[in-house]
Amino acid sequence: MSPLLEFRDVTLRFGGVVAVNKVSFSVEEGEVFALVGPNGAGKSTVFNLISRFYEPAEGEIIFAGEDLLRHPPHDIARLGIARTFQNIELFEQATVLQNLLVGRHRHRKTRAWSEVLFTPAAREEERRHREAVEKVIDFLDLQAYREKYIAGLPYGVRKVVEMGRALAIEPRLLLLDEPASGLSVEETQDVAFWVEDIKKQMGVTVLMVEHDMHLVSAVSDRVLALADGKTLALGTPHEVQNHPKVIEAYIGVADESEKVLA
Amino acid sequence: MRTVFKTSYDADIDYFRHGMHAFWYLALLLIMIVLPFLMSPFAIGEVTNVLIWSIAGMGIMLLVGQTGQASLGHAAFLAVGCYANVLLQNAGLPFILSFPLAGVIAGLAGVALAIPTTRLHGIYLAIATLAVSILADDLIVVAEPLTGGINGLLAPTIEIFGLPFDRYGTPGRFYWLVLLVTVLVVLAYRNIQRSPLGRSFAAVRDSEISAQAMGVNIARTKAVAFGLSTAITGLAGALMGHFAGIFNNETFTIIISIQLLLMIVIGGLGSIHGAFFGAIIVALLPQTISTLRDGLGDILGTTIRVPGMESAAFGAILILFILFEPMGIYGRWIKIRTYFQLFPFYRKDMFRRQKSYLKTERMR
Repeated sequence: MSPLLEFRDVTLRFGGVVAVNKVSFSVEEGEVFALVGPNGAGKSTVFNLISRFYEPAEGEIIFAGEDLLRHPPHDIARLGIARTFQNIELFEQATVLQNLLVGRHRHRKTRAWSEVLFTPAAREEERRHREAVEKVIDFLDLQAYREKYIAGLPYGVRKVVEMGRALAIEPRLLLLDEPASGLSVEETQDVAFWVEDIKKQMGVTVLMVEHDMHLVSAVSDRVLALADGKTLALGTPHEVQNHPKVIEAYIGVADESEKVLA
Repeated sequence: MRTVFKTSYDADIDYFRHGMHAFWYLALLLIMIVLPFLMSPFAIGEVTNVLIWSIAGMGIMLLVGQTGQASLGHAAFLAVGCYANVLLQNAGLPFILSFPLAGVIAGLAGVALAIPTTRLHGIYLAIATLAVSILADDLIVVAEPLTGGINGLLAPTIEIFGLPFDRYGTPGRFYWLVLLVTVLVVLAYRNIQRSPLGRSFAAVRDSEISAQAMGVNIARTKAVAFGLSTAITGLAGALMGHFAGIFNNETFTIIISIQLLLMIVIGGLGSIHGAFFGAIIVALLPQTISTLRDGLGDILGTTIRVPGMESAAFGAILILFILFEPMGIYGRWIKIRTYFQLFPFYRKDMFRRQKSYLKTERMR
């Protein structure tokens, strides 16, 4: 079976800086795949490549047999890829409900004119969207926030709403960019449960960037470690954590003088 | 405080949230309908003017308040709607056809403008649309055989199924016509707000990057927003032409563009109410000032002449709003309403904007 998402020797340069350097990996259908690495390793850049915000200099990105590089950015959601953002990119002056409903945009079947007239077909469609969004609200326990404006919500809730918006897309592949950053221990545990459920109940493949190694080892099947845009190690969370190159990238190597002292 | 129990998804989709909500708006509509029997023809003319400005306000609100795209060129689309309607009428088309066609023509003109300009953001878009407003002024003068140039055009009397609708001859009937158009535009605006189209507008306004990730085609959404916005503005322009009776290039100058934009800021960005509140200020301000001036002059026994008084008052009102009530009149109204709904639990900081979080990942 061919993988759901495949990177083949993808390279991205910003001027002289090589942000992603010949990175290759593949994500299998139904797994939780984590990207780890120090700051500036190119993890979020990989997400932005999948979202087509950046144009790679070389390489191929294949999703479910489709060449992603032939699609504009607004096609990506339609293909079944949803994402969250590291710094939360919600629609601030809209309610939680409206934010989640924007996630349903991929499933929009009505034309603009029928929406302006709000024909019975448009109403029927709207009910369907509303119902699908309600399922997401139930799943993430957002009932208390339905009518609240994003601008007034605390950080932790915003994180959850953003995940909900991505789920409303009903994706095949979910990209989570640091889902636990800035969250408390309890909230991080919630995220771990949700990621498990997303994988097992919804059958959605998850690709996630995360610094919290507890969360990574708890939920992910495979881990790819990146540093300076290059692949360091790929394997189970345990293998990657103990890989000498990964330890070197995070902590550095002891040089000769320190060895003598030790 | 009222608690609304929702028992179906329709409760979120319908126009009105609860019975009383519907009652008050229908009561307002009823009062508006019987207004010509209660007021003098002059006052009805003023109300008609407010409604026409409200339609134009909703037009520009859709673009600026809903989609977040600045425009200083909407007077040009008032002109397009106005000239298109009168020229079509002069060509023998009945008003019932020429009027919607004028809207369509203004809408297409808007889309044509959107295609090259929607890549621009903020101040650059404002400058580009400003140029359109200036160009329109000149084009009207240049295209004299069609537009009558500086001499202008006369708006023919509107006739629908043999009934004349005239601003001076039958002010009540003309008012009802404008009221009907206003109601239809409000309904269309509400439909846009509650459908995927309106949500994609808001998505483009708040975060283009995540709108794209949700599958919203930015360029197309902006073009549709421009088209709908300028179409509504065109309809207002057509009515404005009939209200003025005679119009030329100076009817639709850059000043009108600026007034339209300031109007919705004063009224409150992003809401239909804002367009109406702003229109009341803009349309009634000149009358109010001249009444005050005459009154004051009678008391002092002289005639007071202060050139540019109107612009000064308008500017002062705008500055006061931006300083003390950036959410506009509608924002203030919501605060007062919440105060009484929650009495005595209203807190002063309830509507304070939260500091937004760092946006380091912005890629524009």
